[in-house]
Amino acid sequence: MVDNGNISGNVIKSVRREKGVIFVEVTGDIDLHRSVELRENLLTLAAEKPKSTIINMSEVGFMDSSGLATLVETLQLSRRDGGELKLVGVQGRVRSIFEISRLDSIFKIFDSEAEAMA
Amino acid sequence: MTEEKMNLDEVEIRIVAKPTYLCVARSAIRQVADLVGLSETESDGVILALEEALANSIRHGYGGACDEPIIIRVFKEVAESGGQDALVAIVRDFGRQVDPASIKSRDLEDVRPGGLGVHIINSVMDEVEYSCPAEGGMQLRMVKYFAPVQGSGDASDVKTSCS
Repeated sequence: MVDNGNISGNVIKSVRREKGVIFVEVTGDIDLHRSVELRENLLTLAAEKPKSTIINMSEVGFMDSSGLATLVETLQLSRRDGGELKLVGVQGRVRSIFEISRLDSIFKIFDSEAEAMA
Repeated sequence: MTEEKMNLDEVEIRIVAKPTYLCVARSAIRQVADLVGLSETESDGVILALEEALANSIRHGYGGACDEPIIIRVFKEVAESGGQDALVAIVRDFGRQVDPASIKSRDLEDVRPGGLGVHIINSVMDEVEYSCPAEGGMQLRMVKYFAPVQGSGDASDVKTSCS
C-alpha cells in the first residue's frame, strides 16, 4: 500500500520526485479493474505538471487496452503541459500491445531509468 | 473452415460481469492454453484477445459492471486432414445486442485513449466471428491456430452474422 500524498492503492508501488522529475513504479497486472486506480493516480501526478514523468513498468506482467488508454491519456496531458512521459522496463508481453496498437513509436520506451534520464 | 473437426477437452468458465474477475479468466485460459500446447507467445495473444472481449462485454454489452454472467468456452479443435490444430475461445454475454457488421476497429492514426479492443482482437486472433444469438446477448467466437501460416496474425477472416 502506498500513501504518498494523494497517491493511494496498490497499483502504484512507489513515487519519488527528483528535480522536477516524477518517478512512478507500477506493479501487477493492469486490466479494466486496476487501470481505474492507475488512471486516478497518474492524473493526480500529471496535475503537478512535472517536466518529466518516468513510469517504471518492470513489474507489470500484463496490460490490456484500458491500461494503454490510461497511458495515452497521461502522455497527452504531459505534452499539453510541456512535459514528457517516459516508460521504463516494459516487458515483452506488455510491449506487444504497444506494437499491435502501433503506439510503440508514440511512447518513449527505455530499458532503464538511467537510460531514460540520460 | 471446410474441414471436419472434433472438439477436445472443452472448458467452460462462467464469471460475473465485473472487472474484478477478469484476472480469474486470464489465469484459467492460460492454463488451458498451456495444456493444449500453445507457445507462450500464442497464449499471450489469446489471453489478450479474451481480455478485450470480456471488457467489451462488460462495458458495451452490459453498460458497466453488473451481476450478469459472461460465459467463456475454450476448446482445442483438431484438423483431421493435415490442417492446423486450433484453440477456439467463445465469449457469450446476455447484454445489449449490436449489429455485428458495426463492430469495427478504429483508425489507429488517430492517437487517443480507448477504442483499441476490436483492433487488438482482430490482430492477435486468426478468425473472429460476432453473432447475435436469438436468445439475446452477443457471442464472439475467436480462433487461434497453433502454428500460424505466413501472413497470418490478422483476423482476415472476420465473419458477421445475426440470427
